Amino acid sequence: MKTLTYIEAISEALWEEMERDKNVFLLGEDIGKYGGAFKVTKGFHEHFGEERVIDTVLAENAIIGAATGAAMMGMRPIAEIQFADFVSNGFNQLVNNSAKIFWRCNIPVPMVVRLPSGGGIHGGPYHSINPEAWFFHIPGLKLVAPSTPYDAKGLLKSAIRDNNPILYFESKFLYRRIKGEVPTNDYTVEIGKADIKRNGNDISIITYGTGVHWSLEAAKILEEENIDVEVLDLRSLIPIDKEAIFSSVKKTGKILIVHEDTLTGGIGGEIAALISDNCFEFLDAPIKRIASPDTPIPFAPTLEDHFLPNTKKVLSALKSLAKY
Amino acid sequence: MKNKTTKKISKTYLIKKNNHISSNMKLQFYYHMQLMRKFEETVFKLYRQGKVVGGAYSSEGNEATAIGSAFALEKNDYLFPMHRDIGAHFVKGQSVKNLMLNYLGKSQSPARGHDGTGHYADMKLKIFGNISPLGAMIPLANGVALASKMKKEKSVVLNYIGDGGSSIGDFHEALVMASVMKLPLILIIENNQYAYSTHISKQFIVEKLSDRAIGYGINGITIDGTDVELVYKTTKDAVENARKGNGPTLIESVTMRMQGHAIHDDASYVPKKLMDYWKKKDPIVVYEKKLFAEKILSDKKKNEILSEIQRQLDEASDVALNSPFPVWEDANEKVFAE
Ligand SMILES: Cc1ncc(C[n+]2csc(CCOP(=O)(O)OP(=O)(O)O)c2C)c(N)n1
Ligand SMILES: [Mg+2]
Repeated sequence: MKTLTYIEAISEALWEEMERDKNVFLLGEDIGKYGGAFKVTKGFHEHFGEERVIDTVLAENAIIGAATGAAMMGMRPIAEIQFADFVSNGFNQLVNNSAKIFWRCNIPVPMVVRLPSGGGIHGGPYHSINPEAWFFHIPGLKLVAPSTPYDAKGLLKSAIRDNNPILYFESKFLYRRIKGEVPTNDYTVEIGKADIKRNGNDISIITYGTGVHWSLEAAKILEEENIDVEVLDLRSLIPIDKEAIFSSVKKTGKILIVHEDTLTGGIGGEIAALISDNCFEFLDAPIKRIASPDTPIPFAPTLEDHFLPNTKKVLSALKSLAKY
Repeated sequence: MKNKTTKKISKTYLIKKNNHISSNMKLQFYYHMQLMRKFEETVFKLYRQGKVVGGAYSSEGNEATAIGSAFALEKNDYLFPMHRDIGAHFVKGQSVKNLMLNYLGKSQSPARGHDGTGHYADMKLKIFGNISPLGAMIPLANGVALASKMKKEKSVVLNYIGDGGSSIGDFHEALVMASVMKLPLILIIENNQYAYSTHISKQFIVEKLSDRAIGYGINGITIDGTDVELVYKTTKDAVENARKGNGPTLIESVTMRMQGHAIHDDASYVPKKLMDYWKKKDPIVVYEKKLFAEKILSDKKKNEILSEIQRQLDEASDVALNSPFPVWEDANEKVFAE
């Protein structure tokens, strides 16, 4: 094992997959010599050359469209969108081409779109969003959102080897803030498999991405009050691990769903519906959700602090569930 | 590889009139270019002290383009400035204090802390500050131009885009629409050699970005964007042309981004020779020399201008730093108009 930051884990996965398979290539804005806005691909250009580490024109729809076309040809493109917010420009290609080509034409589209997401970096309304719910609704796209260096590396490797278009939501906030153990040898994390980040019997938190960290912190604090919280990290949003969700519900009977994305139309709503459909009789309390409020993400630090979920908010929701 | 066929066409679209520029106007150009640079220097200083969050952008090198073009507008015209056009806000009537408040995300700022830097809009001043998704302002500018035309305001809309931003699909769609609808739009491409780390050789292969105007059947011209009077005259021509109902103009203003993309970027990827070349064309230094030679500017006058700017910046910083941050309950929940 070795210790890596979240961003190092992403870089390593890209590097090793490029070494392993010459069909893997990168394209995006400023990812070449500059190494990308967040330096995920620093050193790649020198090592793999500009044919496989392509600095593109500033045009996200063209980037995603080209990735999709190349994927149809059997290549394994990985597109970097400088900030996830700007994937809005590539929406047409993603929802009409990437997502539908296999279903319509039986041609696999093995591509990955990397989306540096999320707030907490004072980026304001255009550099902070979590756009996963935009795509959660689109049949044909797989969505993954790692919360630890181990998952970041293993999921990215699986995504690259998968024969479908995959949106990889990476947390800018976690990039350099967390470290974790990662095996030295090759490994993958299966897409579609959730992970119990903490075992517990009283309440289950179902979460992903940054939510995992708030949840683990809150669970730790509640240890002192003898409340035993389980934290289930979805890791994959599509396909979603229903088995893991249902078995956690059956175990604790009290559910808190946590995500950084805004509440209405967020993924939490779908999870709640799945639980209600499948495990209604196991519930001992209403399903609760902690998410960002339904506004754009504000710039001022005071507003952003209020906007984002945090450990305290998770804690108070857990306490009210415990009392129920 | 250069596209030879488009080479000679683009520069003769506009007929240069000899717009007279008074001494007073020249001093105004000079004052505003200095204000723009000093304002951003102040923002950088505050950023390094941790008082500005998010990011800080320098427009060094773009002062002549932002100021010269904004002066071509009348009070009733609309300004859609980008992130390298902070000085244009002041020309259009925004106060130094308000913009400083906005950079600091304070509750009294035009954007009320919802957004920062030059991101805000003010319908009275007719300023629509930039938004981050590049290119997305051009279709919006079209809409404002369209409504203004419907209202028979006789106004024009001035919008800017970078060399990088000009690659976005919105650019094409918006110009196609503006051309067939003959919208009073002036779009200035600020070709400052780089889009973040990406050199223009990786962004386009036309010789001049104004050559693209041919494809839309509109006026296009490429100019030296470090010459404030040239920028002013060219934009003024385009403005008058649009006001007469002759439709949009695409102006490529060639400049240099003299610093990194933002404060975190040391621009080490820019060759020193290129920097040195443009350093000699510093729009403020060159213009200062010219005004000295024309006896419009003197040491005394220059010092007066600089100390007046400093006074304004000190006052604005003081007010902005001591002004409160917004609280959630006051501001943020309101997503819908009443
Ligand atoms: C649609 C979109 N993609 C990516 C970005 C990230 N980004 C911000 S500025 C920038 C470079 C812009 O270059 P250019 O248009 O030449 O303007 P300049 O900064 O050089 O004035 C990039 C890539 C963005 N803001 N919007
Ligand atoms: Mg540029």
